[in-house]
Amino acid sequence: MADAAGSPADLLPQRFRDWFAGRGWAARSHQLEMVAKARAGRDALLIAPTGGGKTLAGFLPSLIELAERPPANSPRGLHTIYISPLKALAVDVERNLGAPILEMGLPVVAESRTGDTGISRRQRQRVKPPDILLTTPEQLALLCAWEGARLYFENLACVILDEIHTLHASKRGDLLALDLARLQALAPHMRRVGLSATVDDPEVIKAWMASHRGVEVVGGGAGSSAPSTTSWSSSPVGTGEELAAPTSPVPPPRAGERDHEVVEGALVSHRSIDLVRGPGGAQPIVDLLLSEGRVPWAGHTAQHAMAEVYEAIKRARTALVFVNTRFQAEFAFQELWRLNEDALPIALHHGSLAAEQRRKVEAAMARGGLRAVVCTSTLDLGIDWGDVDLVIQLASPKGASRMVQRIGRANHRLDEPSRALFVPANRFEMLECQAAREAIAENRLDGDPPRVGALDVLAQHVMGCACSEPFDMLALFDEVRSAGPYRDLSWEDFEAVVDFVSTGGYALKTYDRFRRIVQLPDGRWKVRDLNVAQRHRLNVGAIVSPAMLSVRIATRRGQGGRKIGEIEEGMLEMLDPGDTFLFGGQVWALAEVTNLDVLVRPANDRDPKMPSWGSSKFALSTYLAKRVRQLMFDESHWKVLPTDVREWLELQKDRSLIVSEQELLLETFPKGRRNFLVAYPFEGRLAHTTLAMLLTRRLERMGVGPLGFVCNDYALAVWALEPLDGLDFGELFAEDMLGDDLEAWLSESFMMKRAFKGCAIIAGLIEKRFPGEQQKTGRQITFSTDLIYDVLRRHEPDHLLLRCARADAATGLVDVARLGDLLARIKGRIRHIALDHLSPFSVPILLEIGKERSPGDARETILAEAEEDLIAEASQ
Amino acid sequence: MNDVAPAFTYAFAASPCGGLRTAVGGTDVTLRASGALWLEAARILVVADLHLEKGSAYAARGQMLPPYDTRETLRRLAAEVAATAPAAVVLLGDTFHDRKAEGRLSAADAGALVALAEGRRLVWVVGNHDADGPRALPGETVDEIRVEGLVLRHEPQAGAQPGEVAGHLHPAARVVAPRGTVRRRCFITDGERVVLPAFGAYAGGLNVRDAAFAGLFVRPPLAGALGDRRVRAVGWRQLAGD
Repeated sequence: MADAAGSPADLLPQRFRDWFAGRGWAARSHQLEMVAKARAGRDALLIAPTGGGKTLAGFLPSLIELAERPPANSPRGLHTIYISPLKALAVDVERNLGAPILEMGLPVVAESRTGDTGISRRQRQRVKPPDILLTTPEQLALLCAWEGARLYFENLACVILDEIHTLHASKRGDLLALDLARLQALAPHMRRVGLSATVDDPEVIKAWMASHRGVEVVGGGAGSSAPSTTSWSSSPVGTGEELAAPTSPVPPPRAGERDHEVVEGALVSHRSIDLVRGPGGAQPIVDLLLSEGRVPWAGHTAQHAMAEVYEAIKRARTALVFVNTRFQAEFAFQELWRLNEDALPIALHHGSLAAEQRRKVEAAMARGGLRAVVCTSTLDLGIDWGDVDLVIQLASPKGASRMVQRIGRANHRLDEPSRALFVPANRFEMLECQAAREAIAENRLDGDPPRVGALDVLAQHVMGCACSEPFDMLALFDEVRSAGPYRDLSWEDFEAVVDFVSTGGYALKTYDRFRRIVQLPDGRWKVRDLNVAQRHRLNVGAIVSPAMLSVRIATRRGQGGRKIGEIEEGMLEMLDPGDTFLFGGQVWALAEVTNLDVLVRPANDRDPKMPSWGSSKFALSTYLAKRVRQLMFDESHWKVLPTDVREWLELQKDRSLIVSEQELLLETFPKGRRNFLVAYPFEGRLAHTTLAMLLTRRLERMGVGPLGFVCNDYALAVWALEPLDGLDFGELFAEDMLGDDLEAWLSESFMMKRAFKGCAIIAGLIEKRFPGEQQKTGRQITFSTDLIYDVLRRHEPDHLLLRCARADAATGLVDVARLGDLLARIKGRIRHIALDHLSPFSVPILLEIGKERSPGDARETILAEAEEDLIAEASQ
Repeated sequence: MNDVAPAFTYAFAASPCGGLRTAVGGTDVTLRASGALWLEAARILVVADLHLEKGSAYAARGQMLPPYDTRETLRRLAAEVAATAPAAVVLLGDTFHDRKAEGRLSAADAGALVALAEGRRLVWVVGNHDADGPRALPGETVDEIRVEGLVLRHEPQAGAQPGEVAGHLHPAARVVAPRGTVRRRCFITDGERVVLPAFGAYAGGLNVRDAAFAGLFVRPPLAGALGDRRVRAVGWRQLAGD
């Protein structure tokens, strides 16, 4: 590839060649190829494993261009914008970029700008932009909503999107894609550069980051209801390779020059993305930790293996211990401290800890001062820690791609393999770990499906555009459709979004006089006044985080002292005053909750009361689930498994059934005074919970009053007083449950309300810092979005935001798509067996009972129980 | 007063409509699941803090809340009127969200308010948001009203006020249980006085543990939390702050 891309002598100026030589390096072929792509004016996606010099490859073309441009007397504006998903990563890259700039003496200013950047620096950056700005998607959205955005970006030559695989399939990705379209409109010459770790399907990312511009319809075949003069490619996927750039350096193309192809009779065009691949890294070595050769039946903490985990840490130089939840992080950290006879420096890192404490851990890690960090997904990405030589995954990996990302954190040198150790916490997790090992060895990863851009995000973007400068609706529609996630946006939806931004978009047109954006005589739209624009800028962004409360140490007078971190409101709901819990590696007793502070006191309790806690917020990936089912069905494959797991599978085959990958196993059996129905779909907790909710509704209608259910990533169990063997299971699992039943359940469910709140905030219907009603005394009256939801649902059920909320709930919160695939897969393939007693497979799920939720409205039950308590107290 | 106060036992009973019957200052009242107070003997329906046109008040400031709050609040009120057939409806203050709200009413919603006064007394107790009472709509405007040993006013007065029925504070109860937390609008009463929940569709709630409620009650009060078609009696110890 290097030859094709051109030799270093052609591509690198002398001082760059000298710099590489001075460090004893040679420019890597993918780095040179990225320079060649830039010379050719091509957009490019670089896929390379961690440690492959990926970031430098992204910046090299910009550094060369900046080094070679003639001096100028006036400021020239931004040359390159770098976007990182993490604030910390933007700051880290700023530091790393400093080395080549300084060592080559380049006349280049590179600065970061994040939410943490001081006001004076931010103001200066606005007046006098650096050559290279390193920032986040949220800051970019803010810059695009500036009044001076057009001038600010007019000379922008390049945008670099780092860790793109973590961004694209989300609302943040939607917002970023829209801002890319905006930047491209302001700076038509701008090149797009994506940097990504190994992904299963690069085409999905290419389609996301490409500019889908249209030209005049020739054949008239492509259908679009838009009153637009252009037609569009509905599928740019698969065109990149054939249209790859010429392989020798050519002058940059003229503005507007594009690739052309004929699709369905219409001449359409877009700027395709060239794919550049870095070298494949050495194959990682993944081991399994079996404590004394045994795997427990159930559980999520891997407590049984902690002594061996500690030994593994002792043998390693530096280890990262990944877990899936904050609770697991706290638990594992405490267990390790208990075992830490050698007083090894072991630290804890998760999203709830105070930012200052996290920075301290990161700094200690960077210095090489730590032997291990127990962490959650907060350390999945980014910052380069060269000394890590072992990654330990406690409990199940959930997905092959996530594991590759985590394993990549060990050993940032390409020629040496990364080492990882999986520690399964139970038997199903053992199967999952084995499936993940095999998937990693085959380099088969699970990918995100392409997503359709969310309309609440589009509403935020349209408002941002109106804040920046007046827009023409047709031109903006074309621009928005050039963004990958919105390329199939209909004119009707776009109009609805603009109407929403202006008046709220209600069928009852009473707000016309309050318009937030207004039409100028020439037909263009602009924001009504400065105040509206300012409020929009305060609320930019697509991350809606759950309500966080500060955890503070209670002072003697019972007031809030030093802040030790933040916890989600939801976690607090499981604790009563006096209860002890783990936080920041210590045991605390909850003293009191005041407004937004949680007051705690140190507790000497060695065994804190632990709130019941979900096993993981990550769902088992579809791909990995499939591999687990295959592994189970294929008896010849069992020999790779530990003896006790193999015996467990054999026992299951003997006492019950092992079914094929496409089938669904259903068991019914009595236990105690209850009758159980256990299903094993392996589709993840989310899809199982939705399925169980819908099943209990159906069972209720069938007259078999279900009493409760419990779900994990692998199975679900429903129980009732009546026997469940005689049911028509084909009927029970029929696909039509996704129709009315789902609709009825969802509209009442708290998940819809939560989804609605998120959409309402992103779309700007309500503000993140919602101005609570300040009454005379200054008290805050909580005005819940639930009230808005209830009113809107009754009076305008098809409103744009309810559509958004339904779409969100169906994908993110209840996983309807996956449930639909499951029901289709098992149609006519349900294998039911009626047993006298429980099966070996059912043991783990039955052990989870106790966390069960009752069907029906649990919240009414809570109120009813509170009332019963009162009655009991009164009748004592 | 003795050092040890005798334990007070609240008398309350479920009514067939899902409401809760109890006594305030010696007068029998029904706390209805809608948030309305029903005085059966006098056939008076009392609702507090409708905050009509709150949505349009926010829209005027650039927050386009759905414009259906007035319609929804009046729909719920009409349902209560249909269920109880009262001789009088008392609106216990803050019926309008602000002084200009009456002018923003849609014709249909104004018509619904006119209909409310047909064949019965309609009494507007004034509140801090609507101190002048209605301009064009029918009904009597009063500062407070005394009936059956009760005094109906908008804002609870400091000190002992036996028989006071008030609104203004928008009481809400938070019940914490191991399986989750519920926050609901509620009545709050110590048997001497009662504060009504806000009836308006967009009216928020203030936790009854807030300092604003301190000093109103002579003993730990009882909350009547608005459940699904039922009022649930919840004791003070069960209630948590926000």
